[in-house]
Amino acid sequence: MVTSTSRRHEGVPVTQTAVPPAAAVSAGPTPRPARRRSWSGWGFVGPFMAVFTLVFLAPIAYSIYLSVFRTQLIGGTTFVGLENYARAFGDAQLWAALGRVSLFLLVQVPVMLGIALLVALALDSGRLFGRDFFRISIFLPYAVPAVVATLMWGFMYGTRFGLVGNINDALGVALPNPLAPDLVLAAIGNIVTWEFVGYNMLIFYSALRTIPTSLYEAAQIDGAGQWRVIRAIKLPAIRGALVIATIFSIIGSFQLFNEPSILQALAPNAITTYFTPNLYAYSLSFSGQQYNYSATVAIIMGLLTMVIAYVVQLRGMRKEA
Amino acid sequence: MTTITTVTPRRSAVPRLRRTRGFSAERPRRSPLLTVLTGIVLVYSLLPLAWLLVNATKTQADLFSSFGLWFGDSFALFSNIGQTLTYDDGIFVRWFANTLLYVVLGAGGATALAVLGGYGLAKFDFPGKKGVFATVIGAVAVPGTALAVPTFLMFSQMGLTNTPWSVIIPSLISPFGLYLMWTFAAEAIPTELLEAARMDGANEARTFAQICLPLLAPGIVTVLLFTMVATWNNYFLPLIMLKDPDWYPLTLGLNAWNAQAATAGGEAIFNLVITGAVLTIVPLVIAFLFLQRYWQSGLAAGSVKE
Repeated sequence: MVTSTSRRHEGVPVTQTAVPPAAAVSAGPTPRPARRRSWSGWGFVGPFMAVFTLVFLAPIAYSIYLSVFRTQLIGGTTFVGLENYARAFGDAQLWAALGRVSLFLLVQVPVMLGIALLVALALDSGRLFGRDFFRISIFLPYAVPAVVATLMWGFMYGTRFGLVGNINDALGVALPNPLAPDLVLAAIGNIVTWEFVGYNMLIFYSALRTIPTSLYEAAQIDGAGQWRVIRAIKLPAIRGALVIATIFSIIGSFQLFNEPSILQALAPNAITTYFTPNLYAYSLSFSGQQYNYSATVAIIMGLLTMVIAYVVQLRGMRKEA
Repeated sequence: MTTITTVTPRRSAVPRLRRTRGFSAERPRRSPLLTVLTGIVLVYSLLPLAWLLVNATKTQADLFSSFGLWFGDSFALFSNIGQTLTYDDGIFVRWFANTLLYVVLGAGGATALAVLGGYGLAKFDFPGKKGVFATVIGAVAVPGTALAVPTFLMFSQMGLTNTPWSVIIPSLISPFGLYLMWTFAAEAIPTELLEAARMDGANEARTFAQICLPLLAPGIVTVLLFTMVATWNNYFLPLIMLKDPDWYPLTLGLNAWNAQAATAGGEAIFNLVITGAVLTIVPLVIAFLFLQRYWQSGLAAGSVKE
């Protein structure tokens, strides 16, 4: 970590650390350019990585370890190899949960990101009255905890005393119950969209703001219209932000837990213990005591998410060429 | 398409973040139609919050009998707040203090680690740098439960479950914060400045503290706000780690109050759940509104660019 006398960290004697060859070369009275390869960067990244190892890497390693064992009340813990994975492969509940989040992902993510992008473009166009008010207000739901958002929407969905019930009474109609089994996924999609439209809008809007004005001037000289500017300049310029937002949304969809878990109290018949893979893994370990199989389910979901995120990233970046 | 984005040199007169908004040099004409269309999203965003505020003014009886988007017969906001704060020996106040504790230590620590790490990644070339990036990004995709179960088991062996540490320690890592700080530091700190400082004989710690930290301020505020929201709103982690309601944060407490109605013999306190929800949101909204000038510039300068 400590490489030369001129770059010593407080309280760390130079002689104590083993100096790697690369750093030893750069050590000397004359400072070199900042980008030279040395170990001093670890002094800054080290603390993050130390805690990261404790709270991310160690549990992941422990998960993998758990997933190849089976614990029984009688017989104790035995090594079973990939048996848990084989069980997951034929597990209808897991497949049902996976299908549910996939459907959610295919519908909710495009709707949410589409709205967010349209609002960001509208704000960036400078053609709105009260732009700052719009930006702050639409972002506001992000500051609302998922628990509060879900409770709030859950109350509003209520056909007895919620808004849906109010509308039914006032208009003499019978709107479908959003918390019924066939609609509850859409109801959750609405909550998640409400929570994150503003957040994604802000990410897109911030990216749009970093486009240099000179590009717009050049486009104007070329006689390009608004739509052409959006297609030729704005969208390509924020592709990185779009890809990152898509990846984070995919990860979020696969990890869906808070909203269905909290809604369960209001809609116990519509939301099963295996409604989403995450909820399933949670139920397995905390009410079923099946830690080994739960870890297996979680690892499968993690791998699946990583693969999809990776594919999205590849596709998103390839278009650039 | 890409040629447009690469060839045009930036004119010196143009500030990095555009002052004049919009596409033409003169101010674009405001559009009522576009405002109305965007207004639909605005209504969608604000209506539930309006519902929450209105219903925080109702007694439980009114909650069931009056129209959701208008006030009931009585105005019970203050008595609701009073009841929320005193119900069950003032447990809500305890939850509030717990949440503050988790936010100060968790979000504060997470921001410090992200700032140091992001700066290190942006401004140093060190062995294993690529590995660090791949590991952090890869780990983000691992679902919460994959970590939750083993972390719970690990922490329970270490005797940490059901203590504040079980919530604080995992909060210390914010991969998004690290990413944001990394892009921000790469933009905000000119490498020449670092070279000059080293030339003058400043060590790395001093260069960082005296030269780079002030430049990083908008980025730090941004990361702090996002980690604050994450810890203030955290639900899953405390749910599995904490058994004792005395250590609950607000989110877990509110959910417990809501679930109370469904349990046998439990008292339904929907008016307190709703008022408590308002009290939970208010501090964050205030933080966002007051600091918006700082975090927005931080987000813009640190935003993803290709």
